[in-house]
Amino acid sequence: MSPALAGVLQLTALTAALALAYRPLGDYMAAVYHSPKHLRIEKVIYRCIGANADAEMRWPAYLRGVLAFSAAGVLLLYLLQRLQGGLPLSLGFASISPDQAFNTAASFVTNTNWQSYSGEQAMGHVVQTAGLAVQNFVSAATGMAVAVALVRGFARSRTGDLGNFWADLVRGTVRVLVPIAVLGALVLVACGAVQNFSGIHEVGQFMGGAQQTNGGAVASQEVIKELGTNGGGYFNANSAHPFENPSAFSNLFEIFLILVIPFALTRTFGKLVGNVKQGYAILATMGVIWLGFTALMMWTESAHGGPALQAAGAAMEGKETRFGVGASSIFSVATTLTSTGAVDAFHSSFTAFGGGIQLLGMMLGELAPGGVGSGLYGMLVMATIAVFLAGLMVGRTPEYLGKKIGTREIKLAACYLLITPTLVLGFAAASMVLPDALGSMLNTKALGAGSHGFSEVLYAYTSGANNNGSAFAGLNANTPWYNTTIGLAMLLGRFLPMVFVLALAGSLAEQQPVPQTAGTLRTEKPLFAGLLVGTILIITGLTYFPALALGPLAEGLS
Amino acid sequence: MTAVNNSVRNTARLMGAGLRALLVLTVVCGIIYPLVVTGVAQAAFPGKANGSEVSSHGKVVGSSLLGQRYDKGKDKEGNPVPDLKFFQPRPSAGLGSNRTNGVNTQYDLQVSGASNLGATNTDLVKAVKERKRWVSETYGVPQSKVPADAVTSSGSGLDPDISPAYAELQADRVAKENRLPADMVRQLVKSHTDGRQLGFMGEPRVNVLELNVALRDLVQGG
Repeated sequence: MSPALAGVLQLTALTAALALAYRPLGDYMAAVYHSPKHLRIEKVIYRCIGANADAEMRWPAYLRGVLAFSAAGVLLLYLLQRLQGGLPLSLGFASISPDQAFNTAASFVTNTNWQSYSGEQAMGHVVQTAGLAVQNFVSAATGMAVAVALVRGFARSRTGDLGNFWADLVRGTVRVLVPIAVLGALVLVACGAVQNFSGIHEVGQFMGGAQQTNGGAVASQEVIKELGTNGGGYFNANSAHPFENPSAFSNLFEIFLILVIPFALTRTFGKLVGNVKQGYAILATMGVIWLGFTALMMWTESAHGGPALQAAGAAMEGKETRFGVGASSIFSVATTLTSTGAVDAFHSSFTAFGGGIQLLGMMLGELAPGGVGSGLYGMLVMATIAVFLAGLMVGRTPEYLGKKIGTREIKLAACYLLITPTLVLGFAAASMVLPDALGSMLNTKALGAGSHGFSEVLYAYTSGANNNGSAFAGLNANTPWYNTTIGLAMLLGRFLPMVFVLALAGSLAEQQPVPQTAGTLRTEKPLFAGLLVGTILIITGLTYFPALALGPLAEGLS
Repeated sequence: MTAVNNSVRNTARLMGAGLRALLVLTVVCGIIYPLVVTGVAQAAFPGKANGSEVSSHGKVVGSSLLGQRYDKGKDKEGNPVPDLKFFQPRPSAGLGSNRTNGVNTQYDLQVSGASNLGATNTDLVKAVKERKRWVSETYGVPQSKVPADAVTSSGSGLDPDISPAYAELQADRVAKENRLPADMVRQLVKSHTDGRQLGFMGEPRVNVLELNVALRDLVQGG
């Protein structure tokens, strides 16, 4: 069997597994967020929080909950790292410096998981397991909560109420993420991922002597890192490390975990707005982009352009033997089209066009299928824009799911769209004129050097502002400039969009529904899915083309 | 004034709720969850949960999941010299240590990571060509027969596997160094070649540690 055919079969198997999980998981999540009943353990948690989980919140209250909870997350994670030197079970690692601790705290709370540290050399059991892994759960649950609040905005009428943030947060964690994570972690251990608390210990070597190695709660962190589209590895090598991702099967399973919730949430959306076909249209849009990007990536990596890869005979630099080119390509697209950022092969060593596909995937705003929750709300904002554009063409007031898209709604959607490009292009431009920032680029001596170096910086801010977290790791990002500015890009790139999403949700929920007429744009039809794909590609293309031309395009064509 | 006081009090109450929510979820996701998973994993899959260690004659010789080096000391410049009696893993020399973020590719278990060099990087082009020449001269095969994994570094820097092509290419020289019949070593490679999982997942591969353990048994047994 040729590697290309094996790659296609793996993609087919993955698609089939996602299709099987789509309905049951989507329906289950709809029930979770719709149910009036609380589980016993949830009641205990609400009592600890001191929150009334049945109280409805309007959008400002919902937003205050999101922000207060996330601020607490940044604070606690920052303190844990700053005090690591004095904590038990810290494996002898020192406390983390202030700028790096800020960067890491911002990174994990915003579901980004950008890492300017090397896991096995910096973080002990307490920070990894009680700090970082916890944010892997709750930052994902926060994203899902905001998405569900927006869906309620579409589903409800003549009320400003969007649900209760604490209830959505706790239910997402307790009923969705934790159960899947427990099962998934055991599957990974069965494949060979480690799960122990042995810390740093010696292991004998074949030629004699011994080497020090790290143990830890790796499988339990690995599974939520993928499932919650987080991406922060226990080890520096992330999912390329055999203890995180031991086999070709575990690799496909991890890709499945990355994609399963974001895709299934479109079913949840359809259920909650009372028309599953609306969910299918969003799913089709996501699916088309995802499959298209994956096919392009497999093609360019098989063609292995670039002098070093041509000399080697295949694009195997930075890739593991057990995965090969095909599986690494599928993983890399899944991780950059969601907000995951985990890697099973190192993005900086992909072909120039492969790197361009990864960059473009993140620049789309990570909505095909996107991060857990953030993918769905990003896509619904795009759908709002698409409906508006269609409305302009025929000259009638646009409406989506029975809600009028008026001046206020379109202003909020436009603000949402402007945030990440502003952050990405602004910070990347600033880094190009600061000598300290320029000194961090690894690939500066190369042929087409300037363009790969620029790609590294552009990638870093794209990854940060879109809350992805993967890196062109050739950039040495552990400097005060990059730690601070990428930290800011992550925080602003996560929470400002949430402000506009929740404001949009509030505005929609207050409206009276407009009855569907013969002139209504049918948003559940393939025509609309096509329009949506076009809108996404055109908006992103217009925004980022100049920057892409200076980076991967210049490198790939030189 | 009361309005300001109220808003300060409300903010404090909200922050308190956020902090309490985080602490109670830390207990659930950061303490109970990993302990439960560790308990079940240790009971059900103790060998795998503890790093898939491989033993030979009662001694641990490494983890079947982590690559390692097979050297016989170092040369005058301090570079490790590969021991050609054993099958060699993917490249680990050349890119050197501490390129970025302290990452190296020297099969140091505590510094996993890739070279991160781009496809157009001249250092990488040079390294690939040098390795190709080395493999070709050492094993007496034309450069066109050298597979890609033999001249590139992996993602983890700890790749436990090589491609079947790279293992087969090394077999004759390994046989000669150990004074074993070439057919016998080639047969050994064949029996240690794993196909794609379920026939289509990943790529065919040879686990270098397991192959070398079997090879040493063969040499010592004969």
